[in-house]
Amino acid sequence: MNDDQDSPSTGQSTLPAASEITAAPAAFGKYRAPTRAAFGLTSPVETSSVHLTINGQPREFHLAPWTTLLDALRLYAGLMGTKKGCDHGQCGACTVLVNGTRINSCLTLAVMQQGQQITTIEGLGTATSLSALQQAFIDHDAFQCGYCTPGQICSAQGLLYEGKAHTEDEIREQMSGNLCRCGAYVNILAAVKEVVDAQTA
Amino acid sequence: MHPFSYSSVNDAAAAVREQATHSHSTFIAGGTNLLDLMKENVARPAHLIGLNQLPLAFVEDTPEGGLRLGALATNANTAYHPEVEKRYPLLSQAILSGATAQLRNMATNGGNLMQRTRCYYFYDLTTPCNKREPGSGCSALGGFNRIHAILGASEQCIATHPSDMCVALTALDALVCVQGPQGERVLPFADFHRLPGSTPHQDNNLKPGELITALELPKQGFAQHYHYLKIRDRASYAFALVSIAAVLELDGDTITEARVALGGVAHKPWRERAAEELLIGQPTTEATFTKAASYLLRGARGYGHNDFKIELAKRGIVRALQQAAAEPRGPRALPWA
Ligand SMILES: Cc1cc2nc3c(=O)[nH]c(=O)nc-3n(C[C@H](O)[C@H](O)[C@H](O)COP(=O)(O)OP(=O)(O)OC[C@H]3O[C@@H](n4cnc5c(N)ncnc54)[C@H](O)[C@@H]3O)c2cc1C
Ligand code: SF4
Ligand code: FES
Ligand code: FES
Repeated sequence: MNDDQDSPSTGQSTLPAASEITAAPAAFGKYRAPTRAAFGLTSPVETSSVHLTINGQPREFHLAPWTTLLDALRLYAGLMGTKKGCDHGQCGACTVLVNGTRINSCLTLAVMQQGQQITTIEGLGTATSLSALQQAFIDHDAFQCGYCTPGQICSAQGLLYEGKAHTEDEIREQMSGNLCRCGAYVNILAAVKEVVDAQTA
Repeated sequence: MHPFSYSSVNDAAAAVREQATHSHSTFIAGGTNLLDLMKENVARPAHLIGLNQLPLAFVEDTPEGGLRLGALATNANTAYHPEVEKRYPLLSQAILSGATAQLRNMATNGGNLMQRTRCYYFYDLTTPCNKREPGSGCSALGGFNRIHAILGASEQCIATHPSDMCVALTALDALVCVQGPQGERVLPFADFHRLPGSTPHQDNNLKPGELITALELPKQGFAQHYHYLKIRDRASYAFALVSIAAVLELDGDTITEARVALGGVAHKPWRERAAEELLIGQPTTEATFTKAASYLLRGARGYGHNDFKIELAKRGIVRALQQAAAEPRGPRALPWA
């Protein structure tokens, strides 16, 4: 992917207001949007207006069609919680909820999500008011490096909404789309099971 | 990804029209296969036609007592639909054995039929591949071919179709409803996908510009005796090395009707009526099942790394039929059961 350069790290530079954001967020951190010349284009990249409600906030972006929802969230909305692991639907690090349904944000285009309600890890809880799953992940030490954790928690939140998994085996199967390079699976399972049990008790 | 333009359409006729007005345009539904291939530059469409606003996400009864599955219904909503769980549990089981919860929430029924092979060389632009680039050669033939076909392959291509859902649809005699510039038509599922022959770049018999609108399931759902057995390298989140969709109708211990479809072994889900005929009127014994299994694999050929699949498929067929013949399972057996 040409538009797939290094993502900016958290905490860098202030974010431009959504209305100021156009196709090329060139001033944004380390990220340099691909130039038109890189594509051999002579006309400007055509962007379209994409409306997304992210964590309850209506936002408008002007995006090139090839911007994935994942890149829109990280690079244009400035929400770095959602992670890019594989960018091919294989790891689950990019899991977010669309209208309450968990999906891989790397395998959908932002333009395909026009008008939808997106929930990222930032929308599930805050540092002072953690969600039940976030608290359970801490209580059960369900991570090491933490890179997979936002995806794990968003996925588990989707699992709770779906209501199809109750036993440990069912949770294992229904969480199999989220890989953990650190192998924290045992504790992830324990954390998810605790919240599943609490919600069905 | 190569740059492309994008438009969204609201009805099937508009989708077909859009396709005709843009050169090198492609439909996009869930995006889970197409975007993956675009990121690898295997697919380089100049224009994408977004289908997710089409009113084709339904699951509804047919007047004949069957069920119509909209092309834009997601794999998850299809598998968990109460009527599918109750009347076509084989289909639920097959869908839920594939991919992951997130992917099934995105993947659509139409896209599932159209997904392309997972042959590693097809994905690797630096190697010859007749499917990707007709006439360039087949790297899998003399290469690493552990996941490749053992039935119906050609000297031009030994790829397999990776879908689980399609194996169940084959066993259930589904119909594929399509709409195109020349109007609407209906294809029996067995005629939808193709064998590679000398045209491996063509996965199926959809004509240029045609849109899948729905899948139709006939009334008979085999909800009593069914089993989808998926054999893979790990317990979840892996494509099938071999999979078997087996359904039976029984009169006591005697088989009155049988269907067996195989996945992971050919360029399309593999099914032969003659093998099923061998089961009719027979008792549900291992000997009966072994006979049908041997018949189905009689023409099988390995290419080195995938030789093991021949014996694996035979044993899998026997196991799947035994499971199907066992006690009625009721709706929605867990995918790994
Ligand atoms: C990591 C991973 C693991 C997977 N594991 C499995 C598995 O174990 N088993 C399994 O069966 N599948 C598996 N899949 C594949 C998945 O099921 C398919 O990618 C999915 O079904 C494709 O549907 P989609 O709607 O996303 O299609 P898209 O990606 O949107 O489209 C795929 C193709 O279909 C065409 N198309 C889509 N809709 C229509 C229509 N209505 N009419 C005509 N053409 C259409 C598009 O033009 C495109 O060429 C896996 C995928 C991934 C990424
Ligand atoms: S098996 Fe088919 S898809 Fe794979 S390299 Fe050969 S021609 Fe290409
Ligand atoms: S980054 Fe989306 S699944 Fe890995
Ligand atoms: S905690 Fe490190 S990848 Fe899961």
